[in-house]
Amino acid sequence: MSAFVQITDVTRVFGPKLSLGEKIAAKLGGNVETRSVRAVSGVTLSVRKGETLGLVGESGCGKSTLGRAIAGILPPTSGTVTIDGAPVMADGTKATTRVQTVFQDPFASLDPRMKVGHTVAEGPIAHGLTTRADARRYVADWFDRVGLDPAWVERHPHQFSGGQRQRIAIARALAMQPDVLICDEPVASLDVSIQAQIINLFLELTRDLALTSVFISHDLSVIQHVSDRVAVMYLGRIVELGPVGEVFGNPAHPYTKALFGSVPKLVLDADELVRFETIEGEVPSPLSPPTGCNFHPRCPCATTICQTGRPSMEPIHDYRSVACHHYKACLGKEEHD
Amino acid sequence: MSDPVLSVKGLSTHFFTRAGVVKAVNGVSFDLARGEIMGLVGESGSGKTVTGFSLLGLVDAPGRIVEGSIKLNGVELTTLSEAELRKRRGHEISMIFQDPIATLNPMLTIGQQMKLAIDAHERVSAAAARSRATELLTQVGIPSAAARLRAYPHEFSGGMRQRVAIAIALLHRPSVIVADEPTTALDVSIQAQILAKMRALARETGTAMVWISHDLAVVSSLASKLAVMYAGRIVEEGPTATLLRDPRHPYTAGLIASLPAMAKPGAPLNQIAGSTPSLLSLPEGCPFSPRCTHASGQCTTDADMTQNGGRQWRCFHPVGQTAPEPA
Ligand SMILES: Nc1ncnc2c1ncn2[C@@H]1O[C@H](COP(=O)(O)OP(=O)(O)OP(=O)(O)O)[C@@H](O)[C@H]1O
Ligand SMILES: Nc1ncnc2c1ncn2[C@@H]1O[C@H](COP(=O)(O)OP(=O)(O)OP(=O)(O)O)[C@@H](O)[C@H]1O
Ligand code: SF4
Ligand code: SF4
Ligand SMILES: [Mg+2]
Ligand SMILES: [Mg+2]
Repeated sequence: MSAFVQITDVTRVFGPKLSLGEKIAAKLGGNVETRSVRAVSGVTLSVRKGETLGLVGESGCGKSTLGRAIAGILPPTSGTVTIDGAPVMADGTKATTRVQTVFQDPFASLDPRMKVGHTVAEGPIAHGLTTRADARRYVADWFDRVGLDPAWVERHPHQFSGGQRQRIAIARALAMQPDVLICDEPVASLDVSIQAQIINLFLELTRDLALTSVFISHDLSVIQHVSDRVAVMYLGRIVELGPVGEVFGNPAHPYTKALFGSVPKLVLDADELVRFETIEGEVPSPLSPPTGCNFHPRCPCATTICQTGRPSMEPIHDYRSVACHHYKACLGKEEHD
Repeated sequence: MSDPVLSVKGLSTHFFTRAGVVKAVNGVSFDLARGEIMGLVGESGSGKTVTGFSLLGLVDAPGRIVEGSIKLNGVELTTLSEAELRKRRGHEISMIFQDPIATLNPMLTIGQQMKLAIDAHERVSAAAARSRATELLTQVGIPSAAARLRAYPHEFSGGMRQRVAIAIALLHRPSVIVADEPTTALDVSIQAQILAKMRALARETGTAMVWISHDLAVVSSLASKLAVMYAGRIVEEGPTATLLRDPRHPYTAGLIASLPAMAKPGAPLNQIAGSTPSLLSLPEGCPFSPRCTHASGQCTTDADMTQNGGRQWRCFHPVGQTAPEPA
């Protein structure tokens, strides 16, 4: 199937935060040490029409940065993102409303002084999806759609619970009638039982509206549940990509394997003594990523070539790929100690 | 069973606000044996953190403990003076806070803070304090710990700050640690490392723990006993694995059923209808009744704890039982 969202060689570098002294020194032509962060590094990825792509990886690996680049909120340093062939950004600003985002924090993402109905109506009015006269009914329809009482459009954000606020954020995104929805940790701040409600809403809406989506979460059980395919990120790069069942059932990249292994599972047998599997070594600093394969200082399968040669994404078969020199040898290898 | 290190009976902590009395903790009882880890789960706002604060005597106005007893190593804590409590806090009982920012002073280096925490209860040389601090930071997975002692909290990531808070709680090998969502902010691989460390600590030194968490998988791999809170009360308690496999209280059953792991991928998750009641105006009788699929007319009165085979629950119509237990 063809790509609907096409991400091509996207890199995002955050410049160094210079102190005043360093800024002056730099202006005067002094030699200032650069400390730029390569948050996303040469990511090429496509999302098919109607699918949900899950994005996982450790904190700081660049998930949100990539998500924001796809959403056209943050310009990449290099590379392009297109939706159905059209770029999401032009001249450093968002060029399309076809992609919308739902963020983690439902408290921060709504203007506390504004009636929620107005917050939701702003975008659609500005883009001619509804008229000022018709806005109230338009918004009420979307409220109904996401399981909120349409009469609540008159209320302010503080009158809603966390789960309800997240519904409002979803209504606001969907009222723009996007083709693509980026969800960045949409349930991370919610209670387990409220989480289930929001996940159900997401599943229902993506199906009914035939949405294409990218779902970012550090909760692997959530990713496993909502995604069709999953992309695993490590230090700014995609290291594994494939159908969710295959990647979870039989991870190919040593990092994916280690990541999945360290997630605690629900233990229902009192005699089972859980072994807590950890990934050796510290998460490396994105300020000075390791040479060769980023993962080599922590990898049980690393050899000398891993210290110098960066593995590129290679297909395992038609719809699955991995970036590792030794994934075949490593695939069958028993968990090491 | 030998004498519990911690015994809580009928603990009630209320907040006297202008809007009314918030019954945040309402008659909570449990025992903790030496080296035992008890998981404490429940909805947001159900009173887990306030329970933890109450155990350490850290509840501030407008809140106070209105009823009940807390015995730590046989000593009643609720009647102690603040000075007596301070002697025990950090030494006999310590807490890892939900928000690590609350633990650390931004003006002091990590090393200075750890030294202060040691000095509060013991007299040791600066060198000894430094080596103890370094050892603990290493154990919670902070690399080059000796050098990091000179760093300030803002130079650490959130996860590293949380690990420092854990190290400080461990400094005096307390009898009881209350850990409030201690690993929620951490990456899974670091979380696994901390969980392994905490479990070893409980085994080796006999430190008992109250482990507050939303994450049932974490709790199930760590705690031998589980208590479930709803609207200020423990509604169910028992051995963790048994309770998760075969819950009695409808709230516990709903909570477990709503986990993504319990549904087929892509299928709708089970969800508990409705939302948490306001603690200011709890419904008559069982506070779960407006959301409960098992509710009957009887539920407008208060259910007592039913004790049965090493577990207990507070419900007239428990799940997984054909007839209610005789009272
Ligand atoms: N505005 C910024 N300025 C400088 N550095 C940034 C900025 N935004 C992100 N970074 C850095 O880029 C890297 C990737 O950050 P990002 O937020 O994308 O990670 P993430 O995978 O979403 O992490 P998390 O799971 O914690 O949300 C991090 O090292 C972060 O410190
Ligand atoms: N200082 C206070 N004044 C008034 N009410 C308070 C105060 N502190 C806590 N509460 C109330 O006590 C109840 C229990 O809060 P608590 O923080 O113990 O919940 P929790 O179970 O820890 O929730 P979470 O999972 O969100 O951390 C809440 O309804 C809260 O609003
Ligand atoms: S390329 Fe080498 S270091 Fe990187 S994941 Fe594969 S085996 Fe490990
Ligand atoms: S007492 Fe009644 S309302 Fe409460 S949980 Fe049991 S069945 Fe439901
Ligand atoms: Mg993020
Ligand atoms: Mg809490």
